[in-house]
Amino acid sequence: MSLDRKTVAHIATLARIKLKEEELDAYAKELDGILHWVEQLNAVDVSGVEPMSGVGRFALPKRKDEVTDGNCRDRILANAPEPAAGFFSVPKVVE
Amino acid sequence: MTKLTDLTVAGALDGLAKGSFSAKELTQAHLDAMVAARHLNAYITETPEKALRMAEASDQRRRAGKAGAMEGIPLAIKDLFCTEGVLTTAGSHILHGFKPTYESTVTTNLWKAGAVMLGKANLDEFAMGSSNMTSYHGHVANPWKRKGDNAVLVPGGSSGGSAASVAARIAMAATGTDTGGSIRQPAAFCGIVGIKPTYGRCSRWGIVAFASSLDQAGPMTRSVEDAAIMLGAMAGHDPKDSTSVDIPVPDFRAGLTDDIRGMKIGIPKEYRVDGMSPEIEKLWARGAEWLKSAGAIPVEISLPHTKYALPTYYIIAPAEASSNLARYDGVRFGLRVPADTLDEMYELTRAAGFGAEVKRRILIGTYVLSAGYYDAYYLRAQRLRSLIARDFTEAFKQVDVILTPATPTAAFAEGENSDDPVAMYLNDVFTVTVNLAGLPGISVPAALSAEGLPLGLQLIGKAFDEATLLRAGQVLEKAANFTARPS
Repeated sequence: MSLDRKTVAHIATLARIKLKEEELDAYAKELDGILHWVEQLNAVDVSGVEPMSGVGRFALPKRKDEVTDGNCRDRILANAPEPAAGFFSVPKVVE
Repeated sequence: MTKLTDLTVAGALDGLAKGSFSAKELTQAHLDAMVAARHLNAYITETPEKALRMAEASDQRRRAGKAGAMEGIPLAIKDLFCTEGVLTTAGSHILHGFKPTYESTVTTNLWKAGAVMLGKANLDEFAMGSSNMTSYHGHVANPWKRKGDNAVLVPGGSSGGSAASVAARIAMAATGTDTGGSIRQPAAFCGIVGIKPTYGRCSRWGIVAFASSLDQAGPMTRSVEDAAIMLGAMAGHDPKDSTSVDIPVPDFRAGLTDDIRGMKIGIPKEYRVDGMSPEIEKLWARGAEWLKSAGAIPVEISLPHTKYALPTYYIIAPAEASSNLARYDGVRFGLRVPADTLDEMYELTRAAGFGAEVKRRILIGTYVLSAGYYDAYYLRAQRLRSLIARDFTEAFKQVDVILTPATPTAAFAEGENSDDPVAMYLNDVFTVTVNLAGLPGISVPAALSAEGLPLGLQLIGKAFDEATLLRAGQVLEKAANFTARPS
């Protein structure tokens, strides 16, 4: 399958990255090249093989469900680009 | 007398213990060297005041008889580790001005062991690259040059600043991280030792995430013994990273006994790849001979799915990255480009904050995870990952460690390899398998190329058997007797 401008524009919207018109062709070409290269994986019969999502040699431990942190609002906001009145701020989303 | 910056970690610990010099003197010598080598661009942020304060505190602890395992050793910290109150960039513009209010577990462990921070080392943006050319903070120069040629060579990546600083003697050792070869490939390019431990050996807490199922921190040093000392200080269980494993950390240094008699060394036939330099092929054979002379037994093995490792990696790593990097939204930290709507603010911030390679990987990752393509790409890659891991499980029924080249070529010049993303990805051909299987791997400098550049050999070990890996690595190191250094 080959990747066109329209698909790249759609992926970019999903990824929330604004691409300029002139960038779409360049990315389409590069991404298409990468996708063609990874298509060699289709040569392998993977039927019956379990997908591996992590190394997972050990069961993940569970900790007690209790509060271990908190009361650190200022530290959380310390790096926010535009904190306001003790909150993160964003452009208006509700009219 | 040896210059303080030429000492190994082991040598410096010895000198500090004897009182031949103080941690403050050792740190000052490195700070002076760091200033003189600024043309390498190995550091993004230098922290000389902090270094001297830490060194003074170290001297006090030593006087009080409380010296730790890395007491007084000055380090470069890859700028992917969050350091409290010190700018942490991940090599990206999107973390503009970010000063964490917390410290990563690995660096916390190092400071508890007495180490001193010289500064934050340059890296490829979000650790995505094999040349250190994708950093927002500029390229890093490899301190090595080809004989009779003044072209600037890349230090490798993504831990390029770490590797260059250790090779150039402007850090005694450095932390790195390795998702597909980012410790081992730059170590090979710069003529130093780098070990990627088993997945789960070191905590990932406080390290800026790239691909969470592959990322692992490790030491970059000028000797295998130094790597053993430093890995011991970095490693250990951390309740804040549920994938860090709660098993004892052995005394790696004590395990360096030189005795590899009867050890079975796997030589995987599938690692003879197209485009590998004949010099590297010869060095690989010589490496097997060295180990054999020390009493080990080379055994030809097969890792049949090797050729699928790179394309598998370049689906899985971008998929995880696209998810991890969703957090850079202009709201909570770093860069923000103002806009009228929330979506536009996200899109403009991320367009301005991420570089081309990071965008490429986020887009690929988003695509392979998107509806309609998930099964064809991502799920298939996860199944291939199982097969690649299984190859190693089978091989390790026959052998104790596996010997391979570290990289297909020596360091290349800036501009070479960079037109085609896939050509650049081929740098990781010998290293990515190890990350996919979650195994430990070490790169040891083994020879100079005809052009006068360092070449490395890699050893791959069984899960959590870094002790055997380091022991065999030190035998290689001694046989290779790599004493060359950048001019």
